[in-house]
Amino acid sequence: MTLSISLTVNGVRTDVAIDDPRVTLLDLLRERLHLTGTKKGCDRGQCGACTVLVDGRRINSCLALAVSHDGAEVLTIEGLASGDRLHPVQAAFIDNDGFQCGFCTPGQIMSAIGLIAEAETGDDPERIREAMSGNLCRCGAHVGIIEAVLDARNRLAEDERRTA
Amino acid sequence: MSDTISPPSTHVRMGSSRGQPLTRRDGLLKVTGTATFAADNNPQGLVHAVVAVSAIARGRVASLDVTAAKAHPGVIEVITPANRPPLAIDPDQKTGLFGFRFEALQNDRVRYAKQPIALVVAETLEAATEGARLLSPTYEAEAARMGFDDGERYDPPAIGIGAPTNFVRGDIAAGHAAAVHSIKTDYRTPAQYHNAMEPHAIVAEWDGDRLTIDSPNQAIVMSRGLFAGYFGIPAENVFLRSPFLGGGFGSKAIMPGPYILAILAARMLGRPVKLVLPRDQMYGPVGHRGATEQTLRLAMDADGHLTALEHHATAQTSSFDEFIEPAANASHNLYASPAIETRQQAVRVDIGTPGPMRAPGEASGSAALECAIDEAALACGLDSLEFRLRNYAETDPASGKPFSAKALRECYSRGAERFGWAGRPLAPRQMRDKAGHLVGWGMGSALFPAPMFMAEARATLRADGTALVETAGADMGQGAWTALAQIAADGLGLDIEQVEFRSGASDLPDGGVAGGSGHTATAGSALYNAGTDAIAKLAELASSDPDSPLFGSGNAGVEARGGRLYHREDETRSQSYAEILSRAGVATLEGTGKGGRDPAQAEARAMFSHGAVFAEVKVDPDLGQMRVTRLVGAFAAGRIVNPRLATSQLYGGMIWGLSFALHEEAIHDRRSGRPLNADLAGYHIPVHADIPAMDAILVDEDDPYVNGLGIKGVGEIGITGTVGAIANAIWHATGVRAHRFPIRIEDLIA
Amino acid sequence: MNQFEYLRPASVAEAVAAASEPGAAFLAAGTNLLDLMKLGALRPSRLVDVTRLPELSNVEQLDGGGFRIGALVRNADLAREPAFAAAFPSVAEALLSGASAQLRNAASVGGNLMQHTRCAYFQDPASACNRRDPGTGCDALTGENRSHAVLGWSNACIATHPSDFSVPLVALDAVVEIAGPDGRREMALEDLYPLPDAHRAPESGLRPGEMVVSLRLPPEAASFRAHARYLKLRERTSFAFALVSAAAALRIEDGRILQARLALGAVAARPWRARAAEALLFGAVPSAENFGRAADAALADARPSGDNGFKIELARRVIKRVLLLAADGTPERMPALPASAFNLENGAVAHV
Repeated sequence: MTLSISLTVNGVRTDVAIDDPRVTLLDLLRERLHLTGTKKGCDRGQCGACTVLVDGRRINSCLALAVSHDGAEVLTIEGLASGDRLHPVQAAFIDNDGFQCGFCTPGQIMSAIGLIAEAETGDDPERIREAMSGNLCRCGAHVGIIEAVLDARNRLAEDERRTA
Repeated sequence: MSDTISPPSTHVRMGSSRGQPLTRRDGLLKVTGTATFAADNNPQGLVHAVVAVSAIARGRVASLDVTAAKAHPGVIEVITPANRPPLAIDPDQKTGLFGFRFEALQNDRVRYAKQPIALVVAETLEAATEGARLLSPTYEAEAARMGFDDGERYDPPAIGIGAPTNFVRGDIAAGHAAAVHSIKTDYRTPAQYHNAMEPHAIVAEWDGDRLTIDSPNQAIVMSRGLFAGYFGIPAENVFLRSPFLGGGFGSKAIMPGPYILAILAARMLGRPVKLVLPRDQMYGPVGHRGATEQTLRLAMDADGHLTALEHHATAQTSSFDEFIEPAANASHNLYASPAIETRQQAVRVDIGTPGPMRAPGEASGSAALECAIDEAALACGLDSLEFRLRNYAETDPASGKPFSAKALRECYSRGAERFGWAGRPLAPRQMRDKAGHLVGWGMGSALFPAPMFMAEARATLRADGTALVETAGADMGQGAWTALAQIAADGLGLDIEQVEFRSGASDLPDGGVAGGSGHTATAGSALYNAGTDAIAKLAELASSDPDSPLFGSGNAGVEARGGRLYHREDETRSQSYAEILSRAGVATLEGTGKGGRDPAQAEARAMFSHGAVFAEVKVDPDLGQMRVTRLVGAFAAGRIVNPRLATSQLYGGMIWGLSFALHEEAIHDRRSGRPLNADLAGYHIPVHADIPAMDAILVDEDDPYVNGLGIKGVGEIGITGTVGAIANAIWHATGVRAHRFPIRIEDLIA
Repeated sequence: MNQFEYLRPASVAEAVAAASEPGAAFLAAGTNLLDLMKLGALRPSRLVDVTRLPELSNVEQLDGGGFRIGALVRNADLAREPAFAAAFPSVAEALLSGASAQLRNAASVGGNLMQHTRCAYFQDPASACNRRDPGTGCDALTGENRSHAVLGWSNACIATHPSDFSVPLVALDAVVEIAGPDGRREMALEDLYPLPDAHRAPESGLRPGEMVVSLRLPPEAASFRAHARYLKLRERTSFAFALVSAAAALRIEDGRILQARLALGAVAARPWRARAAEALLFGAVPSAENFGRAADAALADARPSGDNGFKIELARRVIKRVLLLAADGTPERMPALPASAFNLENGAVAHV
């Protein structure tokens, strides 16, 4: 049985034929659409490396069945930068040394973008730490990651204030 | 700190790049998702392999339902001991110090839970995964031996990687006889698993008898030879790419059986094979930190000077191979004592063979030692810092040799000052925050060897004056791409933007092992020396060119910087690299270099990095929940190549220390031997909310002996000291001394 | 995971019909179901995807002050719904103390309530487990059981229910509305979680084909809003299951407790309502001493199911603390660390 679904991935509408309903959104992105920026760290929703935005919300793509997301808008790490211009969160991760090995980084960045959109932490580092706790990092880059999120969040808030 | 350095036999002005807090050169790739990790490769015709693993820890596989697996749509092949093609080397044969025995379906024996027992290959990952489950193995199980009292206890011939098992210096009995105060204490540490965020992965593709492998690897050229060996082909037929590792921590320096099976499958099927271990299989065939039981006896005179230091450790290893966590060795080099004795035993249990895991031995040994030192300080009525200062080792306690450099005293004072240690009450349970939580302060000393291995590098000056530098180094997050490029740029007298750095592939000069905190020093020295070699050749060209402003100046008469050679005595005489090459009609000019320890210096001196870690914890007085609220470390580790990356490395180590103290523990069912928390929900590593405000102070240290560049390592030292500092802080908060790691809530609420 | 048939019904009636076949399972976000399927602990032959069903995604304020929450409302959305969070602050706090932001964004209310135990032996198909495979036994009973049940367990099963959300809900007498082959019915949320008997450990109180379509909070549940807290003891500061948790809700007038609600989490196969303790608090002065007595009453029947006796003492202390927190008053703003012992907002209540 082949199911056909339609996804908008990084702004591009894509029709995908799924020959196996077991395919998760993560495996669809990585193994079938070859968007390998999204990582598989645990495949069980326990590490956050696979975080993507679906319809604007950060979720674990490893625990999402692809066929169940017919019609969804998916944003992955590959869809953030516009040309040579990095998304402010990406730039902040470089500036604040918010990673070491880089494997959890796409998930951390997507999660940070989701967090900023949720607008619940303000600039309180404690709330940011709590809200980023679904993204594990084994290298121990936590300090830089939280500084990066705070930095990017403040920059974006400032931009918003100016344009308002 | 001087920005010049003159290693023997070089003359080039250095220091423009080194010491600069550059951001990571691979940063752009990593934040855009374009850094290619092994599992991101999807070559044409790719098939997926999944390992089936054992559910018992000891016995044999009685049956596998290969028919059911093969009947699943998409399954192409099932490899079992019955059809596994031969290998050129028996996986049960030892292949050197880093060569461990592994399982590649050589027979139906099971030696630990999660051991590979078959490989299923399919057109899709989903089919391979379900195919492996459909094998529904049955077993003839024997009773698993999982505890220290269950397995065979023995005296291992060596510990760690070839270190002597036991050590005695001085007269222990006399030391105890002279004591006014003494303590005897025990600590237990659990099995811990590396759990790099990137699971072990391989993509293997054959072209005739040539093999291309994408796989994260901490020792690329060494592993190429090993891969070639198992398949009976020349090393140059293997091309191993490992541009990025998603963390290694020691686990990716060792050959795991599943890799060999994936390569076998690729050869059998004539198609590229991808195999990525699911997280639960990271708790079996890829090493771990073996559990230990440690006993320390410390004797002190009336003034609080150690008169005897005994550290005995028992470590678990597998039933079929050996890696003995050299925990007791942590007591060799840190505290002055006229008598030191360390002894190690081992217990064989039905678990995968342990291996080196970030600070192997140092982490678990330091955890116990630093707690024992605090217990000893208490017994003497002394402040923890004061006691450590009284037992400060001016020379290496184990060898009596001088230290190549040791700035521990400054680490203590700067760390204590930054933390605000002064005035800490000696007695526990004296401090509270405004919410009523108990507050405790603790400290620990950090120590890590400064080893060097062997590495080679090549530096090629190009006609346009830029350079290509190459070494098969491994960037697993420590920042090799950046730090090594900085060193290479200095070796060539070029700005870093002028240097193209190639690494992470086996067709490059051997960059050695990324491990033991020795990679930057070793591969860095090789790169630096390669640059020096290239510049010397360039100077010869200029010096012998009658029309060059540098004619006749000789190699020693010039210095290199910013892409030009300058006359040493007359700065107005200079020529660019591009011009020198162009006038000589030379398209490229190649230099080579090696990195390694000077044996004479190694013999003469003890070489270590040092540090001091201070921790503040809060503990709920009723509920026992713990939280580290501040961590300050001060570290002296020779010349720092890139302060930004070094600080991150030190933070990483300290966070591993926090994780060791409060979180990590693999739990195995005593009966089945299966790991019960083989995931990242039950096996805890800290989350963001667990990580407090942190500070890592880089204490300047000029070490002229460790190597020409004065570089030590910073990758592992942060764990040492931190575990003890946190445990001591918890004691200080609660008055309860936990004798096991991780410290649990129930330890505090009794 | 095993092969399965994937169906996406258009109505609740169709969904119920499709799920009435043996081996069928409802799929909402899948955060728990897919996880267990990957482990092989669950092997449904048919997945009935209910995510597109209409009318199950609303949060509705009912006449009289109660709330009806559709089963497909996401955990995070419910916690962020201002009127709901204001009326039931301990429920919002419990929601936000569970899992991670990503999981809360995906997981549905119905899925949260229907989630399975995290007992390692339940999750491991090679282990004996009466809950997963009736009649096979319980490997947890003589295994690694430090975090297992201390109340309401039997030799058949010592698993605990992992939901945070359901703990304050049970304290507040929440009701689930159910659709099934025989039509609609409702039951107290507490009854959705049967306790194990001597031989069996049923997974839920639902019959085959039945699904939770909504959750209802009665009007009086909102009357505790000024004094409602959830406290969750765990071994990481965040993103960890509870070792012990408790929800308390008080109505205090003139310095006396008019009504008390108390439930414990992670101590039994269901969120454990402590009615004896509630009765004891009726008319009492909110004091550490009275709360201590209530805690003793709540744990009167507790006994270790293995290497977990410490959880009984821990549960006593958690109850005492959560009652003190509730008496102290619901904080104006959601704490930075929801349900954590480490909130400075808690004020000087430690060391009771």
